[in-house]
Amino acid sequence: MDAQELLIWVRGTGLQIAAAVFVLGMSYRMLHLLLIGRKKSLAEARGSEWAGGLRTMWQRNFVLPRLSPRGRFTFVAGYVFHLGFFVTLFFLSQHIALFRAVFGFGWPALPRGAIDISAVLALAAMVALLAHRLVDPVKRLLSDYQDYLTWALSFLPLLTGFMLLREIAFEYVTLLTLHIASVELLLIAAPFTNLAHMFSTFISRWYNGAVMGFKGIQT
Amino acid sequence: MKEHETLEQRLGEQGVSRRAFLKFCAALATMMALPPSSAGAIAAALSQAKRPSVIWLSFQECTGCTESLTRSHSPTLESLIFDMISLDYHHTLQAASGHAAEQARDEAMKAFYGKYLLLVDGSIPLKDGGVYSTIAGRTNLDMLEEAAKGAAAIVAVGSCAAFGGLPNAQPNPTGAVAVSDIVRDKPIVNISGCPPIPSVITGVLAHYLTFGELPALDELGRPKAFYGETIHDRCYRRPFYDQGKFAKTFDDEGARNGWCLYELGCKGPTTHNACATTKWNGGAGFPIEAGHGCIGCSEPKFWDAGSFYTPLSAPAADVAAVAQVSMIAGAGAAVAMGALDRAKKQKLQQSREKLTVADLKGD
Repeated sequence: MDAQELLIWVRGTGLQIAAAVFVLGMSYRMLHLLLIGRKKSLAEARGSEWAGGLRTMWQRNFVLPRLSPRGRFTFVAGYVFHLGFFVTLFFLSQHIALFRAVFGFGWPALPRGAIDISAVLALAAMVALLAHRLVDPVKRLLSDYQDYLTWALSFLPLLTGFMLLREIAFEYVTLLTLHIASVELLLIAAPFTNLAHMFSTFISRWYNGAVMGFKGIQT
Repeated sequence: MKEHETLEQRLGEQGVSRRAFLKFCAALATMMALPPSSAGAIAAALSQAKRPSVIWLSFQECTGCTESLTRSHSPTLESLIFDMISLDYHHTLQAASGHAAEQARDEAMKAFYGKYLLLVDGSIPLKDGGVYSTIAGRTNLDMLEEAAKGAAAIVAVGSCAAFGGLPNAQPNPTGAVAVSDIVRDKPIVNISGCPPIPSVITGVLAHYLTFGELPALDELGRPKAFYGETIHDRCYRRPFYDQGKFAKTFDDEGARNGWCLYELGCKGPTTHNACATTKWNGGAGFPIEAGHGCIGCSEPKFWDAGSFYTPLSAPAADVAAVAQVSMIAGAGAAVAMGALDRAKKQKLQQSREKLTVADLKGD
């Protein structure tokens, strides 16, 4: 199999396999999670589950002032990474062309300069987060192999994409193959690792908020 | 042409001055990325070169490669160089037909055994004993194997001979393969393209006449001098790619402004060829200059790489349909598992022994 055949495979069969695993795994996991449901409360709540749930979904975005310095670093670097990742993923012209091909619609792209900045910020934040995870004794103790695996799976698409736009170190065909393959690995792993938080984050925020919003029974 | 004639004599007869000939040699040296000083060496070698015997075999092909070589622009020094080889067998160009034609091939193969150049265009069908393409009652495979034995070197002209090309595209009904899939013991140079650039064909022939060997090749057997860079690397629209300026349709403002054709499916970034520098039709232009993206015709399997109009960043297969089926399957599995969970829960609840006050008292 030469370089071109490998590229055809990752753009075709490989992507179909990755998309099938991702969509099947993720739709199963999320729907199953929701179907577990919560035990019906026979007592009337003093507060409101829905109000509490929705409030927490929103308020968890702004917990910075209440965090320790270590938590603040994680929070800020985490935000920089996530925002950089989203901007790069959803506003690079080539990616929008992909979404248009799959979903049938697209949206305006951001200028390349803005994408460059967002990608570099995301990469820098990821490196800082990894260094912090390795240096900080508490974070290191709390980390298991999955944390490092998902870090690598998230880092590689950004890195190979950045290299691809500038043709750094390898030829375009090689870099494009590596970039798509790294995204496919991310898609395949996502439903079975903590990367599933891309869909479950707001569900769990709602759950926590709803439990807290119950506030005991009415008297 | 007389057997003993050299190229210089031949060109002189056709009214080409020595100055023009030297200019051509300098251009050839530049085109093949050789040092400027080699122009003199090329001129010296070419001017004394005797015409080597060339046998051109056409298999599963469309004659586009021959058209490219003979009709691209005429008459030029390239075509005169082509005159300089003794083309002893070529279906399309030779006057002889039938047994006379086959006899010419046999005679040339015997007379120049071990010395002739074998040019092949078209792929070779292997399925069902190779019956899908025969010449004078013989399969292409049989003819290639026989001709390859006595060849000094083989030039696979066009993507069909080099990589299998269109006949090799899925589902490959004739079992078509490339020359290099059959011949393993001879030097082979692949001049891919659908069709290949004429000056690349003549450039490789000139290199062979000058140095007596084939030029440096890449991992796919293509001469590095012509296939060392991608169309994208040398495209005049490249600055627009770097700025993220893309034409969205063939007639929008971006297209009129000459922006990058990536989103219209241009395969320039993954295609190695000299179109952007050597150009076509006597240097008039190349497809991207005409407003159409590169289709990647000099790369293996380019027919199977998805639509010519699908961007490289988009899937080459139907991912949306796969995702839809997967979503239904995933949701169905979740609902089924949810129902099982519920049934299990109910069963457990029913079988649960109720704790009574008496139990607590330990009576």
